[in-house]
Amino acid sequence: MNHTVKDAAFLPFEPLKQTNSVINEPRLVRWLLIAAALGFLSLFLLLPLLSVFVEALRKGAGAYFAAFGDPETLASIKLTFIAAAIAVPLNLVFGLSAAWAITKFEFRGKQLLITCIDLPFSVSPVVAGLIFVLIFGAQGWAQPWFGDHIGKVLFSTPGIVLATIFVTFPFIARELIPLMQEQGTEDEQAALSLGATGWQTFTKVTLPNIKWALLYGVLLCNARAMGEFGAVSVVSGHIRGLTNTMPLHIEILYNEYQFVSAFAVASLLALLAMVTLAVKSFLEWRYADQLAATRRH
Amino acid sequence: MKKLSSIAGLLLALATSSPGAAELLNASFDVARPFYKSYNTAFAAEWKRRSGSEPTLNVSHGGSSKQARAVIDGLEADVVTMNSPLDIDAIAASGLLAKDWQTRLPQASSPSWSTILFIVRKGNPKGIRDWSDLVKPGVKLVIPNPKTSGNGRYSYLAAWQYAKTRPGGNDDAAKAFVSKLFANVPVLDTGGRGATTTFAQRGVGDVLLTFENEIALIREEFAKDGFEVVVPSLTVRADNPVAVVDKVAAKHGSTELARAYLEYHYSPEAQALFAANGVRPADDKVLKANAARFPAVNVFTVEQGFGSWAQAQSVHFSDGGLFDQLFAKK
Repeated sequence: MNHTVKDAAFLPFEPLKQTNSVINEPRLVRWLLIAAALGFLSLFLLLPLLSVFVEALRKGAGAYFAAFGDPETLASIKLTFIAAAIAVPLNLVFGLSAAWAITKFEFRGKQLLITCIDLPFSVSPVVAGLIFVLIFGAQGWAQPWFGDHIGKVLFSTPGIVLATIFVTFPFIARELIPLMQEQGTEDEQAALSLGATGWQTFTKVTLPNIKWALLYGVLLCNARAMGEFGAVSVVSGHIRGLTNTMPLHIEILYNEYQFVSAFAVASLLALLAMVTLAVKSFLEWRYADQLAATRRH
Repeated sequence: MKKLSSIAGLLLALATSSPGAAELLNASFDVARPFYKSYNTAFAAEWKRRSGSEPTLNVSHGGSSKQARAVIDGLEADVVTMNSPLDIDAIAASGLLAKDWQTRLPQASSPSWSTILFIVRKGNPKGIRDWSDLVKPGVKLVIPNPKTSGNGRYSYLAAWQYAKTRPGGNDDAAKAFVSKLFANVPVLDTGGRGATTTFAQRGVGDVLLTFENEIALIREEFAKDGFEVVVPSLTVRADNPVAVVDKVAAKHGSTELARAYLEYHYSPEAQALFAANGVRPADDKVLKANAARFPAVNVFTVEQGFGSWAQAQSVHFSDGGLFDQLFAKK
């Protein structure tokens, strides 16, 4: 700001009046728009979220925490973490390689690959689950061999992990591709021409450039992995204490009129999502300068 | 201890199940959950007395037909406990257990049963006493869809049998009666719980037709509404059959445990547990001891009225069957 004022003194003509906004609608319109946005947000997002916590704490903190003492609830929390802990790293490796391949190289069928990555976004989760029933179900084509050589997939942890990987597949690649496309390959070419190896180029040039998008992709991927309901419901088999993830367990508790327990587990799931958002916001605030640098790039 | 074993069970499942461990999975229907919670505790103690080791008893609950579908698709349930023999027949048709499964245990392999009764609003303002009152003009009924729900199917069959067995009754009279009855149904919910919500929470209709155990639950959950039960002159016996899934049990080496698990359903302890959960025990002595909870009913079985479940299903509820025809007319 100081800059502009100082420079302006040397200009032969009066500079354009700087306003801090590109719009000049009347104040009333602006207030109405902001009120509408906030009202909508609180009505459709904050209020429902708040009601989850109100319902969970309806019978006091004692009942709330007692809900987490139930072995079936603990098992569902554990299974959710296991599924996310396997699905997210795998999708991280895949998303990175896919984005790398798509943005740094030219090859035939690239467009097809991009379309395929988007597939889990467009396919309904129920269909995604049924795909695995068709493959690994008792009548599925892969099961006779799989069952004999590897073990059961459907209605056990491997099936749940597979379904989770399927639905969270695009998140990381989708975050990285637009950014890496925009950044182009000049930096990498410069590094290579200065004698860096491929690995050095990746760790010292590419990775620092994309780390924010990567982190954001991982957080989104993790949130979805923990919250997935449809696909997991189809392949779970709903065995209590064994194959119910948190979302499935919440539905069961709710249907059994155990409202406090259901909403207690739901509040934990909501909390995990909010922690994810908070971590993201904190990092954005803490490293704002670096972030701006990458964006300008 | 329970927590430990559930975590151990989880690890076991991760490292693919180990054969020989005393472990069992029971795939059951939705509302049986409270019963099996207490039953599993009782049976685990009994099995420990007999064999010296505590078994791990897992359960999976869901809509009866949905559960049957999952078992056919590979859910490795050692035993199935359902609310309609049709669902176990469907599993048998896929070859997982012998088709004559109903002959293996007493009472057609059904250790418990329920029946269709009427529930009316406080004071019974429409004066409902029997099936004949349901077809009167101005009476609104709530019945779940017979094509998608067990209680809808049983309600339909009971109405049919009532009309058919009246003096001068025959198939044509039954057809006309059922047609008139369903003309009084403003909405067909897809499932029993949905019908309960329609009647009790949304306040639709004068009469709800549903299972006795569901009626007990409604009167408990909505005690302040003062709903009343009406026992019609004739109703249907809805058996809750059980069976070992032979191939799965053989694969797990759990056949002995699975058989014992089912046989224990007929023990006096288990029969009393059924009664405590609002389900009629197959043992008449235990049933009589709980007469306050279970009023005397005049019942017929689907086999007596319609030959067999398979026949009733194909004549009445298949696509283009009698139910579809009666409803298309409307």
